[in-house]
Amino acid sequence: MSIWEYANPVKFMKTSSMLLPWVTGLTVICLVVGLIWGFFFTPEATNFGSTVKVIYVHVPSAMMAINIWVMMLVTSLIWLIRRHHVSALAAKAAAPIGMVMTLIALITGAVWGQPMWGTWWEWDPRLTSFLILFLFYLGYMALWEAIDNPDTAADLTGVLCLVGSVFALLSRYAVNFWNQGLHQGATLSLDKEENISDVYWFPLLICLAGFVLLFVTLLLLRTRTEIRARRLKALEQRERMA
Amino acid sequence: MLALLSRDLKLAIRAGGGFGLGLAFFLIVVTLVPFGVGPEGGILARIAPGILWLGSLLACLLSLDRIFALDFEDGSLDLLATAPVPLEGVVTMKALAHWITTGLPLVVAAPVFGVLLHLEGAAYQWLVISLLLGTPALSVLGTFGAALTVGLKRGGLLLSLLVLPLYVPTLIFGAELIRRGAEGMATQVPLLMLGGITTAVIAVVPFASAAAIRVNLR
Amino acid sequence: MMPELGKYAATVILSYIGTILPLVLLTVWTLWKGAKTRRALELQEERMGRKNG
Repeated sequence: MSIWEYANPVKFMKTSSMLLPWVTGLTVICLVVGLIWGFFFTPEATNFGSTVKVIYVHVPSAMMAINIWVMMLVTSLIWLIRRHHVSALAAKAAAPIGMVMTLIALITGAVWGQPMWGTWWEWDPRLTSFLILFLFYLGYMALWEAIDNPDTAADLTGVLCLVGSVFALLSRYAVNFWNQGLHQGATLSLDKEENISDVYWFPLLICLAGFVLLFVTLLLLRTRTEIRARRLKALEQRERMA
Repeated sequence: MLALLSRDLKLAIRAGGGFGLGLAFFLIVVTLVPFGVGPEGGILARIAPGILWLGSLLACLLSLDRIFALDFEDGSLDLLATAPVPLEGVVTMKALAHWITTGLPLVVAAPVFGVLLHLEGAAYQWLVISLLLGTPALSVLGTFGAALTVGLKRGGLLLSLLVLPLYVPTLIFGAELIRRGAEGMATQVPLLMLGGITTAVIAVVPFASAAAIRVNLR
Repeated sequence: MMPELGKYAATVILSYIGTILPLVLLTVWTLWKGAKTRRALELQEERMGRKNG
């Protein structure tokens, strides 16, 4: 039993349909508990007032925005090296989720920045990098849409994802150099938990878990749809040939 | 490979507009900017480095979709792919030809356009240096975008969407270099970064472009 | 039931709306697309008489 077994679409469909109800349930529980806890039952912070509640949506979405791109990079690499179709389709399925996460991070950031920094938008390194990341997601999805042949599309988007990753990272450093920002440093880090007190930490953890699970659920759903769409296309082609 | 280069250059010259079009576009951008922001010299001088970089970036973008499109349509790209020359070399030569027809004229003409925008005296040498260092990266990255979209009917708009985010680091360091040069600040960091990015791009990206072309020819 | 949000009430509520709305839209779109593809595939398989599995 190795992980490569899931490269077989049939096996993937079977396992994912078995997994889906559980993951969906967990997602709903985590998101509902986390968001309600964050929104209703956390105290105000001394210097941020009630805006501290925004981190329960801002931090998880921002983290997912980056992690989804990394996941797309890994699946693209698997596709380019081992030619497993499920892997390529998973990368395709993940892109819109990543784009929405980036968008949410930008929206919540703008809404939070308005009272805190006195402006909706600031050309701060973190904000700017996220805008660039958003553009990369757009380009990646547009390339998938533009190419008819699914294998060609998977190859080309895979290459784009590799090159794009390098440049997204490079842009991050370039932007850092270009403008020192307003954005505070990371609130979270695994080795320094004292940054943030437990009252905020636990609901945030639940929200993080909720966002990860939501991503997994949507990813499974979307990958299943992509596999079906792929099969549909193949069948239609076969019918036309016959 | 040199034969390929001279062939591409000849084609660009004979087709007309290879040299001229990008420059004319650059001139138009530079002319339109003062209409947009007002004619005051102070503002223009401040934004001149950015405008000059943006102008050359967009001028570069204009001719990108033609890099491979014609060769793809008439089948010479298939020939090139099966030729004894490695495809990576072909791609690099294509980028070089693009740079000579688009990037180099921009570098030469940029100081003249700098005058139009009241660029400060100290900035001219940095303008030329930064464009000279940066535009090769634009051409090489552009060939990558062109290689990705070569099989598509209407790839022009998609090409811009794919390529422009890749231009971000070059643009940042390029414009920053001129700005620092104009203000007499230390220029070493952006200079080295710009040079480093360009050399790294020239060394690595042709492999990606060649891979994309192989996929498209399959 | 509503917690006291003070002068930042609009900020907090807007950011939660700005999160939940896109997520719900994404989920609905995902489910809708999934259902559509599934139906189309079933139709196609039926039409081809399931002869090739």
